[in-house]
Amino acid sequence: MNIRSIGLIYRREMGTYFSSYIAYVVIAMFLLVTGYFFYNLLASFSVISFQAQSNPMLERQYNLLNINETVVRPLFGNISIVMLLMTPLLTMRLIAEERKSGTLELLRSYPVSDIDILLAKYFACLTVFLAMIIPTIVYPVLLVILGEPEIMPMVTGYLGLLLLGATFISIGLFTSSLTENQIIAAAVSFGLLFCFWLLSYSIAFVSADLGKFIGYIALNEHLESLAKGVLDSEDIIYYLGLIALFIFLSLRSMESRQW
Amino acid sequence: MIAVENLIKDYGSHRAIDDVSFSMEKGEILGFLGPNGAGKTTMMRILTCCMPATSGRATVAGYDCFDEPLEVRRRIGYLPERVPLYDDMRVSDYLEFVAGMKGMTASSVPDSVRQVAENCGLSDVYGRRIGAISRGYRQRVGLAQALVNDPEILILDEPTVGLDPGQIKEIRALIKDLSGRHTIILSTHILPEVSLLCSKVVIINQGKLVAMDTPENLGAQVGGSSRLLLHIGGPPEQVETALGQVSGVTSVQRDGTSQVDECRFFVDFDQGQNPRKDLQALIAENNWELMEMRSISASLEDVFIKLVTRED
Repeated sequence: MNIRSIGLIYRREMGTYFSSYIAYVVIAMFLLVTGYFFYNLLASFSVISFQAQSNPMLERQYNLLNINETVVRPLFGNISIVMLLMTPLLTMRLIAEERKSGTLELLRSYPVSDIDILLAKYFACLTVFLAMIIPTIVYPVLLVILGEPEIMPMVTGYLGLLLLGATFISIGLFTSSLTENQIIAAAVSFGLLFCFWLLSYSIAFVSADLGKFIGYIALNEHLESLAKGVLDSEDIIYYLGLIALFIFLSLRSMESRQW
Repeated sequence: MIAVENLIKDYGSHRAIDDVSFSMEKGEILGFLGPNGAGKTTMMRILTCCMPATSGRATVAGYDCFDEPLEVRRRIGYLPERVPLYDDMRVSDYLEFVAGMKGMTASSVPDSVRQVAENCGLSDVYGRRIGAISRGYRQRVGLAQALVNDPEILILDEPTVGLDPGQIKEIRALIKDLSGRHTIILSTHILPEVSLLCSKVVIINQGKLVAMDTPENLGAQVGGSSRLLLHIGGPPEQVETALGQVSGVTSVQRDGTSQVDECRFFVDFDQGQNPRKDLQALIAENNWELMEMRSISASLEDVFIKLVTRED
């Protein structure tokens, strides 16, 4: 592993993300959609709060007046769905674009190992992802100013989003390494991400043991507990393991694609 | 410097390179000649460790391309056929990126980048975006990235393709200039390029090596004998018989378009013989007029066509 090469490729990748406006457009759309979600959640919360003044029964229902339960937790759920739609757009070009243009061949004729190339690209994409997710901190900050939410679930929720995004990117990196067509890379990573996501729907239909297993491998189940404020090392290990697995698979794919 | 032994490369069921062996010494310029699809680019990709061979060995500067790719890559500069560059980067930034990637120390990067840009004639486009410069400049940027760390070995895949004649001349001059200090492999299907630049030619066709020699020897090898064209003023029949009797001459052919008192003849003679003097004497003796005499050696083009079509 050569830190200098990684740094150089990282800087070049960042240059491409921003000079091609991919980063600006994806970040802008992400903030637009998540902002809209946040606005609606907050609006419905305030409507319920007003109704609760005249109808005390409402207060006892479903934790409706707990801002963590009605705004913060759904907000993380919504943000993670928008992430699921946006990250493949960031990752699809990572390897596929360079494979198509032939620059990958030239890059690999330099004394640099495949893992350095992959890590540099992974971290560049992760940085753009951070630039995308950090502005959303405005939403919980607004909640803290306007109301009295619990802080801890928000902190662990963000940790969850970060780990989830990092996992999405590793899956996207892998699908991008499979092909030279960016559309195919994006389509396959959408497919993989949705499958990992929707697995949890099957829990109800299968036996308890299998359900437990599916609950463990489904991507969003782990975010759920983090968004509740439960910091469990199991969740963190799950995401880190998945990231390592997909970076390893990308490496194998790069090597085998030499024909 | 470069040695290839019994190299085979299969793409699925298609055999792109079939048992090719050759070697070259330091400072040589080796021309890879072959029709499109002969396996030139495949060979270069193997030598630059972009992909492994199916079987056989390739060593560059003493390092095996399969076992020690990083050591090989440290010593080569590669210009791929399509000249893939990052269009969104400036020429200067790109060359600095490549210099860094090739492991040059940070302090030596700016100077060597400026130097190589100047040598490759890039001063005018130094600050421009690569996507916005012309084909000729792109090619030079490609060459500059191969040269930036002054590698021992240069591997250039069709370095002059797609350029206008003036640019071709410049690039060739640049390559010529590099010979001696660098070991260069270049592939091309432009024949004069090989005779101009290369000290050694490898001709491959359908993945097989069909010939390897110096451009001159190759011409001789295929020609077998040497040939002179003579244009002589005199009675054709008489001249023809007389020419045939000169020692060393193996055959005389009369050109079809002969007139009554002058004619063109093709005179073949054995290699190593030089019947020119005797021919002159003969003509002077008979008081004929010598209007033209020149040697026709088999050009590389003839060699190429002969070798490549002989297979079929």
